[in-house]
Amino acid sequence: MTDAILPIHPVWLRVTHWLNALAVVLMTMSGWRIYNASPLFDFKFGKAITLGGWLGGAIQWHFAAMWLLAANGLVYLLCNAGTGRIVRKFFPLSPRAIVADLRAAFRGRLTHADLRQYNAVQRAAYLFVMVDAVLLVLSGLVLWKSVQFPLLRELLGGYETARRVHFFAMAAMVAFVMVHLAMVALVPRTLLTMIRGR
Amino acid sequence: MIRKSPALLAIDGDAVVKEALRRIEQPSRRMFLQRSLTLGGLSLLTGCAIVDDESVEHALMKVSRFNDKVQAWLFDPRRLAPTYPESMITRPFPFNAYYGEDEIREIDADSYRLEVTGMVADRHAWSLAELRALPQVDQVTRHICVEGWSAIGKWGGVAFSGFLARVGADTGAKYVGFKCADDYYTSIDMATALHPQTLLTLSYNGRPLPPKYGFPMKLRMPTKLGYKNPKHIQAIFVTNTYPGGYWEDQGYNWFGGS
Repeated sequence: MTDAILPIHPVWLRVTHWLNALAVVLMTMSGWRIYNASPLFDFKFGKAITLGGWLGGAIQWHFAAMWLLAANGLVYLLCNAGTGRIVRKFFPLSPRAIVADLRAAFRGRLTHADLRQYNAVQRAAYLFVMVDAVLLVLSGLVLWKSVQFPLLRELLGGYETARRVHFFAMAAMVAFVMVHLAMVALVPRTLLTMIRGR
Repeated sequence: MIRKSPALLAIDGDAVVKEALRRIEQPSRRMFLQRSLTLGGLSLLTGCAIVDDESVEHALMKVSRFNDKVQAWLFDPRRLAPTYPESMITRPFPFNAYYGEDEIREIDADSYRLEVTGMVADRHAWSLAELRALPQVDQVTRHICVEGWSAIGKWGGVAFSGFLARVGADTGAKYVGFKCADDYYTSIDMATALHPQTLLTLSYNGRPLPPKYGFPMKLRMPTKLGYKNPKHIQAIFVTNTYPGGYWEDQGYNWFGGS
């Protein structure tokens, strides 16, 4: 088979992408309600954008969706590594290339003629969000089971620091999603390829 | 002695009102939970007619039961929660309950008796003096609340595993349940009951447990979230029948481990 016949995004990628999108929405909205029970900072999330109603309901959602996020994320990472896609699609990657593509993007000169190829900014952003999701899961594990995972707890600076790590990793994820959605709005064809594969 | 009867009566009257209020309140809370779960479910799964409130709530409860099992499996009976120097104690240590600080129960020390029932050999009721005569230990540990905040405190009292051995508890039983003077109730797994840091707590910071922290006695477990640590305990029972809990019956996770 040649590249032209192969879908731009293999089916496993599309399935894990959309399951991950669902998991991230559920985790974030229920997480905001949990945050509201004891805010770290001087603000709360609007009730309308939270999930679960009361704290107990939000925790139920959070600790159910965590299995979806973790299991689906694991399948995604394993497929990505196993098929060699992660090497093909995301590397090589250099800071110079990221800067160059960012400049081109702001001048409106970054083209998306071939959706098979991620530009350097995309590569960096997608790799970043993978690492961020792993950090969310690890800091979440410390919050959930700080006594049972002592090594992880100490690596993340203890329970209270892990809370902050979890919060800022969430904020980074939300920032990624907003930029990601804005980019999809600018290049709508990418949405079709993530649904149909081509 | 004469003063005690009216005091007990007053507590009983309170308890009756509380119980009545609780019964009125709970269905509405359930409705609220159902509605909120549904709203979330519906807004996310628009067009999915098969997903209704009941089934979403049911599925979430099932996952919560599954999470109980995962936590029991993760729980290492020998792994200790971290301890801290006294300089790290949170002052003042926060008060937290399902009621406000103005409703804290005052328990009479002299007439207090701890009932021990269920699958135990010795069912005699313990006076506070008897409990205080048992070997005491101290610990400075972190209390983690389900709301997310945490605070470090210093608790002292009787190792619960030693107490259970003393009353001849059947440690093959599944649960240890607690009934409290503030109408709170909860239950824990036997593995956590036998954990070396699980403490029948009689003192806070070297002084008798103040009312706001659960006078005369609370159960302190640094391996579980705050709502699993009952205050003002009046009765302890060992059983194989799932006893539930005040918050757990409304949807908080039962195992509640950390």
